[in-house]
Amino acid sequence: MAVRNPSSFLNPLMFFVISISLFPIAISPEAETLSNMAPGIIWVITMLSVLLSLNTLFHYDFDNGVLEQMIISHHSLSLILLAKTIAHWILSGLPIIILSPFLGMALFLDSKSINILIVTLIIATPCLSLIGSIGASLVVGIKNSGMLLSLLILPLYIPILIFATSAVSHAQSNLVMDGQLYFLGFILILSLILTPFLSALSLKISLE
Amino acid sequence: MSKLKVNNLSCQKGYNLLFENLSFEINSGEILKVSGPNGSGKTSLLRIIAGLSSFESGEIDYDSFKLNSDAYKLDFLYLGHLATLSPELSCIENLKYSSLLGNESLENDYSIALKQVGLEKYENDLVGTLSAGQKKRIALSLLFISQSNVWLLDEPFSALDSKAIKIFEKKIEEHCKHGGMCILTTHQECNIENLKEISL
Repeated sequence: MAVRNPSSFLNPLMFFVISISLFPIAISPEAETLSNMAPGIIWVITMLSVLLSLNTLFHYDFDNGVLEQMIISHHSLSLILLAKTIAHWILSGLPIIILSPFLGMALFLDSKSINILIVTLIIATPCLSLIGSIGASLVVGIKNSGMLLSLLILPLYIPILIFATSAVSHAQSNLVMDGQLYFLGFILILSLILTPFLSALSLKISLE
Repeated sequence: MSKLKVNNLSCQKGYNLLFENLSFEINSGEILKVSGPNGSGKTSLLRIIAGLSSFESGEIDYDSFKLNSDAYKLDFLYLGHLATLSPELSCIENLKYSSLLGNESLENDYSIALKQVGLEKYENDLVGTLSAGQKKRIALSLLFISQSNVWLLDEPFSALDSKAIKIFEKKIEEHCKHGGMCILTTHQECNIENLKEISL
């Protein structure tokens, strides 16, 4: 479906690439300044572009009435939503992971830091989609809910932002970053276990 | 012989009491038309029976299955007034998707279902390119492959031409003759035999 309606996943991806490439122009082209700011820049823009794509997670299915059929289906709603969220990650998180080494190089990140950046993105972008699915299911029936969705979800993204940027910064300073990665892994496992049930519950409440 | 029994059902939306102490029963082979003015709660009633909406009080009993249990859901087909079709998918793909969510067999010949509703030429066309009436026909073509016992149809004849209405009326009658049951809401006149009616 996304291939036939590519704007739904290309727009957030374009936002990701364009925003990051504007930073060297806006701040400073100096390697030291940019590499110090790179973990924060890449992770904040990643978060915002995933947030931008969350509106499309359930919106079209709600408008078409397909969400109702999912709720009354005899299949587990949690599993259906988990499958949809994984599809969302493939279209929003995975392209970001693939593009991040190039944008990391553009911001003068060294190869070790780029590797750690990729690891944090692999662990934490699924968390962004999973946690975002709860917010998306809560606001699904509300028109122009972008701001509300941001207010609901951004506070939940903050721990991910802190640990992910801290891991990349530690890698830049040749410090140990295992703790941050373990914590991100813990958030991923917790999200995988809890968010499908919470999203299903939120969706049922929203569609009543 | 299946029986759906609704007992003393009350539904409220916000501060509006839509209906109170509504009771009726419908047996295998029967068709029930729910009528009433706009906003009287026809859609809400179907959504409650389908397990989509909650209700204030009362009970719904279907062959002693618990409301919203898997066994209950397997026996029900609900088609709301929205087309329940994805515009990015073709007619055949939409039918397969709906079958996957419902309890219909994926071995079905979807082309035959589309032929029954006169849309065999459009099977590979994207649903987004079709008219409202054609979309409604595709959504209702699910009736030709449905294995559910109870059909809940919300405004099934809206946007349809008279020829299409006759096709689906015949299909509903046929389903009920084979032991199924159907509850539908419509503002149009129905030429269906042995139609029971309740007003809200």
